[in-house]
Order: sequence, then structure tokens, then C-alpha cells
Amino acid sequence: MFRYTKKTLLREALLILVALIFLLPFYFLINLALKNGNDALTTSAMQLVTNPTLDAFGQAIRGGRQATLMDGMLNSIIITAGSVLVLVAVGSISAYTLSRRTGKLSKAAMGLILVTMVLPAQAAIIPIYVGMRNVGLVGTHAGTIIMYAGALLPISIFLYMGFTNGIARDYEEAAQIDGASRFTVFRKIIFPLLSPATGTVAIFTGLIVWNDFFTGLIFLNGSDAVTLPVVIYNFVGESVSQWNVIFAAIIISMIPILAFFLVAQKKFIQGFTGGVKS
Amino acid sequence: MTAQLEQKAEGARVTGRQPRSSKQNSRKSERSTERRFATWWWFTPALLALVLIHYAPSAIGAFFAFTNWKGLGKWKFVGWENFAAIADGGPTTAALINTFIIGISFVVLTNVLGLLLALGLNRTVKSRNVIRTLIFAPVVLSSLATSYIWKFIFEQDGPLNEFLRSVGLESLQRTWLGDPSTVLPAIIIVMVWQNVGLVMVMYLAGLATVSPELEEAASLDGASLWQRFNYVVLPAIMPSVVIAMTLMLINGLRVFDQIQALTGGGPYGASETLAVTIYKETFVMGRFGFGAALALVMSLIIIILTVAQRLLLRTSSKG
Repeated sequence: MFRYTKKTLLREALLILVALIFLLPFYFLINLALKNGNDALTTSAMQLVTNPTLDAFGQAIRGGRQATLMDGMLNSIIITAGSVLVLVAVGSISAYTLSRRTGKLSKAAMGLILVTMVLPAQAAIIPIYVGMRNVGLVGTHAGTIIMYAGALLPISIFLYMGFTNGIARDYEEAAQIDGASRFTVFRKIIFPLLSPATGTVAIFTGLIVWNDFFTGLIFLNGSDAVTLPVVIYNFVGESVSQWNVIFAAIIISMIPILAFFLVAQKKFIQGFTGGVKS
Repeated sequence: MTAQLEQKAEGARVTGRQPRSSKQNSRKSERSTERRFATWWWFTPALLALVLIHYAPSAIGAFFAFTNWKGLGKWKFVGWENFAAIADGGPTTAALINTFIIGISFVVLTNVLGLLLALGLNRTVKSRNVIRTLIFAPVVLSSLATSYIWKFIFEQDGPLNEFLRSVGLESLQRTWLGDPSTVLPAIIIVMVWQNVGLVMVMYLAGLATVSPELEEAASLDGASLWQRFNYVVLPAIMPSVVIAMTLMLINGLRVFDQIQALTGGGPYGASETLAVTIYKETFVMGRFGFGAALALVMSLIIIILTVAQRLLLRTSSKG
């Protein structure tokens, strides 16, 4: 029944056409970024670049009044890596604890985690901002990592519990008979078994942190710790109508994530949909 | 390796279920195993995060929604004044309405188009993996960065107007983001473009659970394409429908990046949404109390609409 017929060919042609139209913005992005300042203003955006140049990229890298693109890139890497590390460490061990302790306390803790999904997160960010400002954490890497890790912890614990609940106790018992401590059991036996969940948590939360603009704008704008989206936002404000330079900056900001995506696209799609579904 | 372990684990679970001498005995042994693994101390960092980042700030935020707090210094209770100001028919009321318009159109469009793409790409099409990857790509990119590409497309002398001129539709040309009548549709297009790949992938995952035999049998029995979709495919992908619609509703109602990048809420507040207003009132104007009230309203709208949508989907999938 599901053979390749003429109808399928028609459907395929239609889908390819849709995909091409869908990708047009990327054509404009790359095409314009390769034009020099004069061509960018005088030639049509549809017209393919005639003498491609990397001028705009050079300007984009040098530009940025307060923080350059590279500053933003470095800050984004530090904050994303820090948040993911905390989420993996705290998420896995918390989920394991909840899976192994099955009493009333565990049920209460699960309840606490579940209810966070319906708490007014938008209203919470204002007191968090004021609290962090009072202890000097606004505008710092550490404060931002605490904010992201705290906010994304419930979802990470959930993702991990999908796995910790299914692990049989035999290995832990055997290891314990051999004299391993509780923490050794977790570190040497449980944590490696959780690596698929660790992949999902890392990709899902990493993407959210890397791309997040709102938190960066509030907590970091004007400081030295600004993340990439905030740098791009300010950069666009400073380079009015220099679209070729703006587009070059956008391309540079996209390179790390696109490289990851193309190398591990299956993992990405699984990780992202896996994260979303819980 | 994991598969082997899982098999062993299965075996272990079966032996574990063998009858024990008495209920009390088994409960005791369970409790003693519990004590041997993990300790509640391991949960303290999580507990701290839950209290300090979730519960306490939410409670404090909800409290200050009833005050005229400016983030610093003295404040006093103002009762429902902030909420009355939100609904007084002024700019915040317009933001509320814009948020609804965007949220609802966004849910409908992403889901309809995502489902169509998934149905189109499901099975047989040869280039499906490539197309799936390409359409998913915007999902992993920063929505702020991609919005700037669209801002250029919608410019006065941008590609969209140029295209319209080249096909002789000059009359349709306009400053898309500067015209109050086109600014919301333009923003919605950008949001849909960014997110449709995610919905498509969720539906593809759902479609993979539809049994080809069942579909084939239905078609042999003379079921039309629509009947096959309605009675065979739709029930199987219902879980995907629920998740995709819930997620898109929440994301649509919370939209911030695209608007901040494309219009900043303009022209004259025509594209202002709750999230943008919260940002301006709180962090630009310093009206923390009013901002908290707005944030509380937004959270409540999200919760109410999400629950309502779930109930609606549940009844419709039963009927």
C-alpha cells in the first residue's frame, strides 16, 4: 500500500517546494552577510552576491560598544555549561533519592516539584531579581547560573525519574556487599546507567539557556557577563540599517548551535521532544 | 549493554515478586533497603532551589502585586488597584487582547501546519529526513536572532515588498511592522516559522505509532482518506495533539523575544503583549508592584487556558 507512486512524487515535489520557501530567510541571511556595505544597500536582497567578501564579518567581530560578540559567546558558553553541569549533578542525584525513598516524605517532595509547574513563574522573576540585586548576584555568571539551574531543576528531575524508577536494585545491593559506599554506588553504578537521560537533560536545558534572551536582558544587560542574545540585541540597536553587518553577527552567533545540531541532529530532535513531552 | 541489563532487571523483578511469609516482613525489608541507598541529605540542594527560586519568589511576587512597590524603599497596600488599572481599557487591556489573539492564532497555525507537514513527510517520501532536519532547524536557533532576519524581510524596501512589486501587486506593499493592521499577522508568521518544526516532529513521533496494517485494512474496507485520518490516525496521535497544543499555547501566550526584536511593542502599542508590558513596567519604569500584578494575571491566564484546553481535548477525544 505504501509504495512510491506518481502521487507520492507529486507530494514530494510539493514538500521540497515548501521547504525551499521555508528556507528563504536563510538565503537572505547568508547572501546579504557576504555583500559589502555598498552592495548591501544598492542591490536587491534576492540578487545573488557577485563579489562575496568577509568585510561584514570583520566589522561584526570588531563591533559592539560594551561587549563584543566574542565576549558574549564566552559568557554564553560559561553560563550554559555551568547551568547544565549543575542540572545534571543535582537533577540526577535528586531523582535517584526520590526513586529509592518511597515513604510519605518522597511523595511530599514529588508534590512540591509538580506544583512548581503551575506557580506564577512570571511573578516570581521580580522578587528573584530584587533578592539577587541585594546580594550582588545580578550581572554575574554565578547568579545567572543559579537562576537557570533553579528554574529548570523540576523538569530535569522529572526527566531523570523516568530512568531512575526503572533501575533494579540488584547492582546496588551487590556493590554494597562488596563494600561500596552510598555515594560510590551512585557515582559508579547509577550515574553511568542514566547517561541517556543525561543526554536529554543536557540538550533540552542547554538549548533553553543558550537561546534565552529575557533572563539575560534583565539580569545581565549593562554588565560584563552579557550573553550572546543580549549582545546581538544591543548590536542591532547600534548598527542601524547596516543589515549586512547585523546578519554577519547573527551568523556568527548561530555557528556553535548549528554545528552541534548538524553533527547530532537525531539526538537533538530526540532530546528536545523528549524534554518537551514530560 | 543496556538491553542486557534491562533483561536482567526484568528477571530480578519477577523473582522479587515471589510470595513472602507475611506482609509486615516484606515492608520491614523494603524499609531497610531504602535506608541503604541514597539519603535525604542528597535532596537538600533541590529543596533549596525549590524554595528559593520557585516557592518564596512566587509567594512574594503575588503579595507585592497588591502593593505600589517600586523595588526600593517604602511601599503600601493598594488592594485591587493594580488589577483594576490593568483592565481599565487602556494600553494594558490592549496588551491583554493582543496576547489572546497571538496565543490562539499561534496554537491553531502551528498545529495545523505541523500536522500537515508531518502527514506529508510520513513514510515513502524519499527526502523526508533532509526536509525534516531543515524545517526543525529554526527550533534550535535563538528566536531573537531569527526575528531580525524577518525584520529585514518586512522592511519598507525589504524582499517582501520587492517581491510584491515584481509580480505587479504594488497595491499590497506596506511597512508591514509599522502598520497596526498588519503588525500582529507579521509577528505570528515569524513565530509560526520558528516553531512549526517542533510541532511537526512531535506529530511525526505520534504518526510512527499508527499501525500500517490497521490503516491498510481500513482502506481495503473502503474508508475514505478523511475517514482513515479520523478513525485510525487521529486516535493514535491524540497524545501528541495534547502535548503540542499545550506547549504551543504556553509559548504563544508568553511571547517576548520576537516582539522585542521586531517592533518593541509598536507601532503605538499595537503589538504590545503581556510579557513585553511586564518587562517595560517592571524593569524599565521600575513599577515593580504593577509589574507583579501583570505577571500574576499572565500566569493565571496561562494556567486557566491550558487547563481549559486540556479538558476540551479530553472530551472531544472521547466523543
